[in-house]
Amino acid sequence: MADIGRRSALKILGAAGAAAAVPGEADARVEFRKANAEDYGLLVDAVRCVGCRACVTKCKEANGKGQDVRVVQGAAYDAPIDLNATTLTVIKAFATEKDTGFVKAQCMHCVHPACASVCMMQALHKGEHGVVEYDVTRCIGCRNCQIACPFNVPKFEWASATPKIVKCELCRHRYKDGKGPACAEVCPRDAVTFGKRGALLEEAKRRIAARPGAYQARVYGETDGGGTNVLYLSPVGFDAIGLPDLGTEPAPSLSETVQGTLYQGFVAPVVLLGALSVVTWKNSRQAKKEEGR
Amino acid sequence: MPLSTTDALALSPGSGLTRRDFVKVCSAAAAAVGLPAWAGEKMAEKVAKGQKPPVVWLHFQECTGCTESLLRTSHPDVGSLVLDLVSLDYHETLAAAAGHQLEANLEAAKKKGGYVLVVEGAIPTKQDGIYCIIGGKTAVQSLVECAEKAAAVICIGSCASWGGVPSADPNPTGSTGAPKILEAKGIKKPVVTLPGCPANPYNLLGTVLQFATFGTLPKLDEKARPLFAYGRVIHEDCPRRPHFDAGRFAQVYGDEGHRNGWCLYKIGCKGPQTHANCSLLSFCEVPGAWPIGIGHPCVGCTEQEIAFRVPLHTTVPIEKPTAPMAYPGVAPEQGTVSAVAAGVAGLVVGAAAGAGWLASRKLAREPGATVDDKRKE
Amino acid sequence: MSAPARPVQGKFVTPAIQIMLLMWALGTVAGLYRFTQGLGAATAMSDGFPWGIWIAFDVVVGTGLASGGYAMALLVYVFNKGKFHPLVRPALLTSFLGYSVAGVAVTFDLGRYWNMWRIPVSVGHWNHTSILLEVALCMMAYTAVLFLELSPAVLESAEKGQGRLADFARAARPKVERALPFIIAVGLVLPTMHQSSLGSLLLVARTKVHGLWHTGLLPLLFLFTALAMGYAIIYFESIFSSVAFRRQLETGLLGRLGAAVGALIAAFVLIRFADLAWKGRLGLTVTSGVQSFFFWVETVLFLGAAWLFRQQRHRPSAQAQLQAALLALFAGSLYRIDAFLVGFNPGSNWVYFPTLPELLVTLGLVATETMAYVWIVRKFPILAGVAMPETRTAPAAAAAQQGVS
Repeated sequence: MADIGRRSALKILGAAGAAAAVPGEADARVEFRKANAEDYGLLVDAVRCVGCRACVTKCKEANGKGQDVRVVQGAAYDAPIDLNATTLTVIKAFATEKDTGFVKAQCMHCVHPACASVCMMQALHKGEHGVVEYDVTRCIGCRNCQIACPFNVPKFEWASATPKIVKCELCRHRYKDGKGPACAEVCPRDAVTFGKRGALLEEAKRRIAARPGAYQARVYGETDGGGTNVLYLSPVGFDAIGLPDLGTEPAPSLSETVQGTLYQGFVAPVVLLGALSVVTWKNSRQAKKEEGR
Repeated sequence: MPLSTTDALALSPGSGLTRRDFVKVCSAAAAAVGLPAWAGEKMAEKVAKGQKPPVVWLHFQECTGCTESLLRTSHPDVGSLVLDLVSLDYHETLAAAAGHQLEANLEAAKKKGGYVLVVEGAIPTKQDGIYCIIGGKTAVQSLVECAEKAAAVICIGSCASWGGVPSADPNPTGSTGAPKILEAKGIKKPVVTLPGCPANPYNLLGTVLQFATFGTLPKLDEKARPLFAYGRVIHEDCPRRPHFDAGRFAQVYGDEGHRNGWCLYKIGCKGPQTHANCSLLSFCEVPGAWPIGIGHPCVGCTEQEIAFRVPLHTTVPIEKPTAPMAYPGVAPEQGTVSAVAAGVAGLVVGAAAGAGWLASRKLAREPGATVDDKRKE
Repeated sequence: MSAPARPVQGKFVTPAIQIMLLMWALGTVAGLYRFTQGLGAATAMSDGFPWGIWIAFDVVVGTGLASGGYAMALLVYVFNKGKFHPLVRPALLTSFLGYSVAGVAVTFDLGRYWNMWRIPVSVGHWNHTSILLEVALCMMAYTAVLFLELSPAVLESAEKGQGRLADFARAARPKVERALPFIIAVGLVLPTMHQSSLGSLLLVARTKVHGLWHTGLLPLLFLFTALAMGYAIIYFESIFSSVAFRRQLETGLLGRLGAAVGALIAAFVLIRFADLAWKGRLGLTVTSGVQSFFFWVETVLFLGAAWLFRQQRHRPSAQAQLQAALLALFAGSLYRIDAFLVGFNPGSNWVYFPTLPELLVTLGLVATETMAYVWIVRKFPILAGVAMPETRTAPAAAAAQQGVS
């Protein structure tokens, strides 16, 4: 009796598996966003930056964030060491051949962001002009975005009773006043400039061509991780300024492909449910018969 | 409208001042206090029309330091100021007259009214204010009488602004500043306070000359201090700020840091909490003649909560911390591990493993723990 | 069929329960601390390690440990091994309690927990690429399904009484039992989905999860561990209940299962190594320091469990069964904790180790679950073959029982 049950179960499951494995519209299964030259972005030039930190101060002011007070040698300073719940952009130092270089870190506004891919109710989502926006009303504070982001950008208000996710949103609240991001507005060296992605990319390449010895030959973010709207120029290798090697596929490409393949159109679960229902029903009828009820 | 030669000469007969020179004096005065250049002309105009603003200057519990510092200005110099630009109707230190003659001047000025009342010194209030009686009147009385007829009240120095030295603990005479007295008596006049010990004279000149020329007072903060002078703290404009940012501090007087002019924060500088413009103006018109410039930490003489209250060498908190000259690396170390938690976790895991092991040993002795292979279930 | 399920009865508050009550109390205090002082104060979670043991252990390992119902349903209702039927109810109970506790742990962990109600309700905002959303919805649904699968036990008990509740129970039970095959099928699909998706959660963190754990096969590997842990927990629970409630050991029955479980675990290890070899990462198993160490601990525990399980086919012994189960449970738990925490490096010099409040909350939840299990098993007909109170102390009777199947 047991053998019949197992055999028929395997048969049915096998059929179900075959049905679910049919590719269907295979190529259209998972689509990744493409870079858009009209999207807003930033060009961050780690060669020009002098570490004045006007951008950090202005950013905090424009976004209503407080200082990160640290006591160093007996005196209190505003000295964030990384992005955090009150710091949406930060300047970090790195070593160049003879000197110290400075680089600005903030949200990369990826073309196909990992954070938006994993956010349960699209609190983080790709909004107008390609800005990755945050809507706190839909956030449950699960912090999946923090796991997903390869740049470790989204930060969480750990000290708050009603914590939110915090990250640069390209000062989109200033657009209606005709202003762009505060950092680009205040930078005295054009080390961070605001514009449309296409134009920024052109400018980046122009700078490299004008001083090839000073710059790495490529622009980070042109294709990295599927492309980002915040582009970087650097005097040293990009890993030395904290930018990971991501290849050309978007960061969430693997998870979206696997999940998409398994659950495309919800076919597989429904088929599996159907098959299992048949099996369990048959088996329960059989069991009842055996018990003579 | 340009002044005619005659008009100019009418100002100070026998002074020998040409119109040109006089306008120069006014322009220099205007420039020195941050008024626009053309204000000089306007000032001269008003003076030509005989519209020198009257000033009544009262002294109470004071050391006369504020007057003394005013005497050490040069643009305009005190002479030009009191002779040409304003009509100083009453000033106990500078008046040539004394006694009944001087008091008669004061009465005449009060009758006319519309003067700028400058108050120097604190006002005692204990025992009906008997601790300061001048010309038979208590300080409170004099202040009230003069203020009632004034167009504006300027309190020069910390004493007049909030009580200054006389109000230091235990404040035996109940000293307080003029604004408090005026408020208590319900006298509503435009009040400006210029705290400082002494106040920088150019802050006074700027205020008075603006009022004289335009009839307006500069923008004030919530303590009636002009923002142009008291809008920022010393820490924001201090020439030693780069040393602060770089963490270079003098630890004791005379050490290497002190001799190299490093930041005095650690020996008690009150700069981070003191609103004043001393670093920008200095005193006695000698560049660098201000406390920090000569190597002594700021004592916070403009601030009521600090001056004569917080010990000289006690450090104060930084209200608006700014970036140090230190940068984080690309991947700074963050996070800590609690040793206690590690211990507890290890204990729990170990206990679970141990319990499991012991339980399995005991199990061997339970009935039914082993089953003969050939038996059917 | 062997003896029907009966309430165990007996005194609830034993010394063991007292210890658990203490753990519960400490956990509650720690929980109050978390809700009043915030996550930053109560936990060691940080921007570098946004998920700590409340996710990695309480939810990921916890639901793995709660896969007994899944494992048993597969065995009994799909592969039709009716002999194991007595093990089904206790397995379902463990699963139900395990998933409920995981739900509580999630509530503790979420920063904006008051928005949780939106998850099943805000259909228009659902992000279909969010694996965590799928996990959340599946787990919520599965918890409900488990309750439905358990409801016959509750209804059986309620029927015996009087009044409206008893009438309702009498009317409801046949309906539930008719729908049961479909409910069971749902209860098989849901865990297949979300247990594999727990592994898929890590797919996105390609640059952060160590090469020894990160692979496109994560969903499959997590499914395997869920099943392995599910069967292992059955063993554990059966033996624990036998000893605690003086009921006969089911050594022979469990023995027959051993071969399949052993094969499952061995297959898991094989797939892992094959995948590493195919990716050219076998070297990492020795060059990765701490990660290598934990990888080998997992592997040794898994293989040890597999070997002991396979032995059970021909020489069943409760001692070896318990050891095998514990090894498998430790191994499966360690695998999941390693994938989420030990092998997780956000790349910015962060460290994480749970704080005392985090540990106390976890222990408190485990204690609560255990106490709930004991209480329910004493009150409702969950366990089969429970000894009658009179025969409990008669060794002769116990020996006589052994002679009868």
